[in-house]
Parts: sequence; structure tokens; C-alpha cells
Amino acid sequence: MVPASAPEQSLVGGMAQRALRLAPWFMLLILLAPVVLGVGLTILPAFGYLPAIGGEQFTLKHFVALYQAPGLTHSVTVSLASALVTPFIALSFVLLFLAAASGTRLENWMRRLVAPLLAIPHAAAAFGLAFLIAPSGLLLRWASPSVTGFTSPPDALIINDYWGLSLMLALTIKEIPFLLLMALAALPQIQADQRVNIARSLGYRRGLAWLLTVTPALYPLIRLPVYAVIAFASATVDVALIIGPNLPYTLSVQVLQWFNDPDLSFRFMAAAGALLQLALTLTALLLWRGLEICFAAIGRAYALSGHRGRADGVLRGIGLSGVALAVGLSIGGVVALVLNSFAGFWRFPESLPRSWNLRAWGDASADIATPLGNTLMIGALATVLAIALVIAVLESEQRFQKRLSPSLILLYLPLIVPQIAFLFGIIVATEFLQWTPSIAMVVFAHLLFVLPYSFLALSEAYRRLDPRWAQLAATLGAGHWQVFWKVRVPLLLAPCLTAMAVGFAVSISQYLASQLIGAGRVPTLTTEAVALASGGNRSIIAVWALLQALLPMLGFMLALFVPRLLWRNRQGMRGSA
Amino acid sequence: MKAQHLQLNNVRIALQGRELLAVDAVINAGEVLTVMGPSGAGKSSLLAYVAGFLAPAFEASGELFLDGAHLNRLPAEQRRVGLLFQDPLLFPHLSVGGNLRFGIPAAAQDKDAIVTDALASIGLQGFEQRDPETLSGGQKSRVALQRLLLSQPKAVLLDEPFSRLDTHLRREVREFVFKRLREAGLPAIMVTHDQEDAEAANGAVIAL
Repeated sequence: MVPASAPEQSLVGGMAQRALRLAPWFMLLILLAPVVLGVGLTILPAFGYLPAIGGEQFTLKHFVALYQAPGLTHSVTVSLASALVTPFIALSFVLLFLAAASGTRLENWMRRLVAPLLAIPHAAAAFGLAFLIAPSGLLLRWASPSVTGFTSPPDALIINDYWGLSLMLALTIKEIPFLLLMALAALPQIQADQRVNIARSLGYRRGLAWLLTVTPALYPLIRLPVYAVIAFASATVDVALIIGPNLPYTLSVQVLQWFNDPDLSFRFMAAAGALLQLALTLTALLLWRGLEICFAAIGRAYALSGHRGRADGVLRGIGLSGVALAVGLSIGGVVALVLNSFAGFWRFPESLPRSWNLRAWGDASADIATPLGNTLMIGALATVLAIALVIAVLESEQRFQKRLSPSLILLYLPLIVPQIAFLFGIIVATEFLQWTPSIAMVVFAHLLFVLPYSFLALSEAYRRLDPRWAQLAATLGAGHWQVFWKVRVPLLLAPCLTAMAVGFAVSISQYLASQLIGAGRVPTLTTEAVALASGGNRSIIAVWALLQALLPMLGFMLALFVPRLLWRNRQGMRGSA
Repeated sequence: MKAQHLQLNNVRIALQGRELLAVDAVINAGEVLTVMGPSGAGKSSLLAYVAGFLAPAFEASGELFLDGAHLNRLPAEQRRVGLLFQDPLLFPHLSVGGNLRFGIPAAAQDKDAIVTDALASIGLQGFEQRDPETLSGGQKSRVALQRLLLSQPKAVLLDEPFSRLDTHLRREVREFVFKRLREAGLPAIMVTHDQEDAEAANGAVIAL
């Protein structure tokens, strides 16, 4: 009798097996090559070498010009400040919140709330916040004139303020759900409840018990996401264009302006600026590392001192109110977008529009076909390619029983190196090769960010699947591929779909990769929405921002409901997401 | 059915240079070899070695023969060695019938009829479309054993198969399993803590 399967001996099976063995290296190659090459090709023009536009000799003069550029010190200061301040506040709130909420019903609510909050793209969230806190925004309208006494919008620069405070606020409210999600995913690995219970039985109050016993184990597991947050905050372009300072800009936006200057000679300065941005991000990470060491030492000294602390209630209050504020501002932002998108005539300080209409939606629908089509196509392609590769790498890990952890860390390089520092070099390369900007190139650029986030979203679930399922299937005669298709894929369907939703959301939110690599010829919902920022027509901006937020939301809803529908008669498959 | 036997020639398993166990045994058709010992003694690694998925961290030597065929070089799915775990491990994404079909070799004719008969033989007529999660503990155990037998194994490994069951259920399931294994004429190795399991198996016992 023939065993149930013998596909491994076949030619196709053998080839697929070999391809699988190479999958991790292939993934590293397509992630690292563009970053390394891109940074390399940014270094040359920064030192004056770019023959295509007449740079034949190496020189330092572009760095001198950069140094002398007006407002540069301020740009650098604001960028560095937001790189350190926003992750610090966001992480503090997240840790204090978890210390207060762990093991309560609040934690469960937050688990459900965190994915949709995360789905709101950065640009849409920034627009929402702007419509909320601007001088004529929703908050001041609702507080005027009763509380503030204003009958006309105050003449204050709240949005685009000189010190970038509104930028930092926008970044913080986006970072909080991300860090929360990462922390919630890591907590089951470290038996947080047991740790807290032991400390409580030794007389520590709940919040302090959590901070002293869980944080030291939790932090290493979320360090990488924290670094990604720092890098993003130091170099974001779209959020800064929408809500960041104007005169001068943040460093990343300033570099982009130089890059887009019609006078091509500014490209040298843009390259030098891109390198400065890279140095700034690395500096921020180094300073953060220093902070880590200080806080670890303080925490250890405190734990050894035996103090049981009296400020427990205050700490927990800060965490709860900080996270509540971030959630409130996110939701309030969406409300502000919805109101503005349907608003007709709306005088200050009236709290609601006097009339409603669909004009903005109608106007948008005329222009939307191309950007929407591009966005969906790029998002779908990048998501599918990314999930296929991520699954191949994780399956390879299972099948050959090899964890590639040390080298797989490099996977996150595109999230750490500022986009502008390597996208610039990639543009130089594509212009040299005379490649016409195309959807395919934009998809590839998106893949650099979609892949690492998809991997981050799926790897835990894949690695933690009970190995006995595969062993059992093998003893029943199933070969590797049968185990994969008939056992692993169905059992991991929910986390796979979630990882795809994450990847899709990441693709939708990309601004710089679409704008630069597409050279403005591949409009997406995000590039169009950000381009509207300077225009100032609130209804139109609100419509585009809402559309941009709607797609990722649909993705997450599908990821939630498809498994429920599919497994509606399978109790054992509930809650496996 | 032709008499079959499972032969373990000088099997030794070590972890980081420390020998966990050494077994030399022949198990004839319908016999159960019981391996007893405390946790961490390497009982389960013996089963993993015979089944073909011992983790690479272990150093193992010794030849395995099933019905005269050399097992060592074969991958797990071609060894024809079935395994019963502590938990029934019915695939949660498949129906009860789907779980049974998973065990039937691809070449078999009229699989629906095989499933119907198999369900009838364990007293679960008409359960094809049921969600495995809705079965009782004893029913799950019977489906798991039936699934294993449908895969036409030539030997069976039992990894503390009754330890998760209630006392009254344990006796019932134990008798059922041993009876079916004897009827099928399969050699088996059972790993257990439980003295009663060993007595019920009524075969040779190795204490680690």
C-alpha cells in the first residue's frame, strides 16, 4: 500500500523545499539591499558627486551650505525633540496604563479598541486632530463662548506651531495604540499575572508591583517597536506636513523641500540633509539607549530599597487618563472629520454646522477613481507578496527547525533607518537606470515597510502553534505540504488575515514611498490627501482623510469577520486570532 | 491481518551528553510495551524517536525495524507509526467526519462509506458533520483512536493517553483502546506514570 503522501520525492516538491530553505535569505536581501544601496547612493551626492546634474568632484561645500541654511538648528531641535519626547510620553502612558489596568475589564476593552485605533492612518489622524484643536476647531467651538468667551476664533498658532507641539501631540496619540498592541501581544509570554501576584503578596501595591516586576521582562520584548517609533517620530514627513511647524519645517520636511526644488542643484543639499537626518535618528536612538540604562538602574535601586511606594494611585491615574486622552482625541478627530465632510455653512462658535450637504463627497467622487484604484492595487499586491514571503520564512523556520533570530533582526532595518535617507538614493539609482516610475516600483517600495510589520504581526502566532498538530498529522501520513495546507494554514487563518490587515494598513498609510518613488505620477489616497493640506478646504480634506481611514478599517473588519463566518460551527476555532 | 512486529535495537537517547534511556526490545503484534518513569526521564523522547520527529537537540542512536522494514531513514509521514497523545487533538477546523477522513490514505475508495462505518463502529452514527468541540471527552478519545486506525498504521505509540481523563472515564477508554489495538493486531509502545495503565496493558514493562 502506498503511504498517504509522497510528494517530497517529486521534482516540484524538491524544488519548493529548496526554495523554502532560501526564503529567509531572500527576504533579508530584498529588505536590506535597497536600504544599504539607498543610503550608499545618498552619501555620494552629499559629498558632491552626482554626474547626472553636474557634480563631478567630491566636496564638503554642500555640508557647509546645509549648516548655513536658515532655521536649520531649529529644524534639528524640533525633530530631535519629537523623536525623544513623544515615545517617552507614549511609553510612560502605556506602561502606567497597563500597570493600572492589567487583569481588569479595562484591559479587555482596550484589547478590542486598539486595532481600530491603529488602523487610522497617520495622515488621517493628523487631519482629525487638527480639525479638533485648531483655533476654529471642534473643541474651541464647543467651549465657546460659554467657557472661553470667544465669539471669533482666537488668533493663535495652534496647528503648525513653531515648537512642533501639535506635531508631537499627533505623534503621541498614534504611538500609544501601537505600543499598547505590542505590549498586549507580549504580555502572555512573561506570566505577568503571576509576577504581580507574588509582588502583591510581598506587600507591594498593584500598580507598583506591575511596574517593578513586569516592566523589566516586558521592555526587551517591545524594544524593537519602541525604536521604530523613535525613528518614525524623528523623520516623519506626512504628519509634519499636515500639522508640523512651517517656518522653519522639521528637518525631514525641509530635506524633501530641497529635493523637490525645481533648481536641481538643491539636490546636493537635500542629500547632505538626508545624511544629517540619518545621523539625527541614530543620535536619538543612542540617547534613548542612555535613558534605558538610567531607568533600569533607578528601577533596580528602587526595587532593592524595599520601598512599597505611596504614589500608586497617582501613577495609575496618570496612565489611565493619558491613554483615555489619546483614545478620546483619536475618536474626537474622526468625529471632527465626519462633521466637516458633511458641513455646509458653519460659523464660529456654532457647535454644529448650520447646514449639511454632500458637496464635498460629490466633488471627491469625481476625482477619486485613479487614486483609489492605485491605492487598492498597490495595497493588495504589497500585502499578498508580503504575507506569502512572511509565511514562507516562518514555515522554513518550522520545517528546518532553525531560528534565524540574530540575522532576522535586520528585517526591521527599513523601520529604523529614516525613509528619506534611503529613498533618496533609490531615486538616484532609478533615474540613473532611466526607469519610469511605475506601480510595480511603488509596490516594491511599500514592501520594505509592509514586510517587517506583517512579520511582526504573524511571527508569534506561527511560532507558538502547538507542534503536536504537525506531528499528529505526520503520523497520520501527511507530508510537509499537506501539513502546511491542511493543518497549519487553517489553524492560523485568523492571525494570517490579521497580519494581512496590518500590512494593508501600512501600505495605505505610506506617503513618502508613494510620492518619491512614484515621482508624483502614481497618486494614491494618501498623497492626494496630504497634498490638500496646504489648500485649506476643510470639507474636501475631511472627505479624503476619511476615505484614507476607511480602507484599513475595512481590512481589519474582514480579518475579524471572515474567520468567524468560516468557523461559525467550530467552537475550537474561537478566540484563536 | 499479517502478524507484525516492532523492533528497537539498542536505542539510546541522550541530551547534552547525559544518557536519558537505553531500550532494546521486540514488540509483537497485539502486544503493548509499557515504559514507566518520572517526568523528564525521556519517555516522550523515545516515542518522538520512533515516530520520527525527535528534536535535533537530542543525540539518538539505535535501529528501528517495523515488519522487517528499516525505519530510521524514513520521514515521519512514511513510517506508518500512529501516535495517540494525552489530548485527543481532534483538528478544531474540521468536522468529526473530516477528522476521520484526514486519517484515510488518499488511495482509498469510497471514503464516505469508510467514515460512516467507522463512526458506527464507535457508537457515533450520524456524527459526520458534528463540531468535534461538542463531543464528550470519551467520544473525542474514541474518534482520535478511530482516526489513527483509519490511517492504517503498522505500529502505535501511546503518550500517556489516559492521563487527562476522569477516573471513571479512564477505565472505559483504556479498555476500548487496548481491545481495538489487539483486534487490529498492532504492536504498541505506551508511556505512562500510571500503574493501572501498565497492568491493563498486560505486557512487558520497562521502568526508567
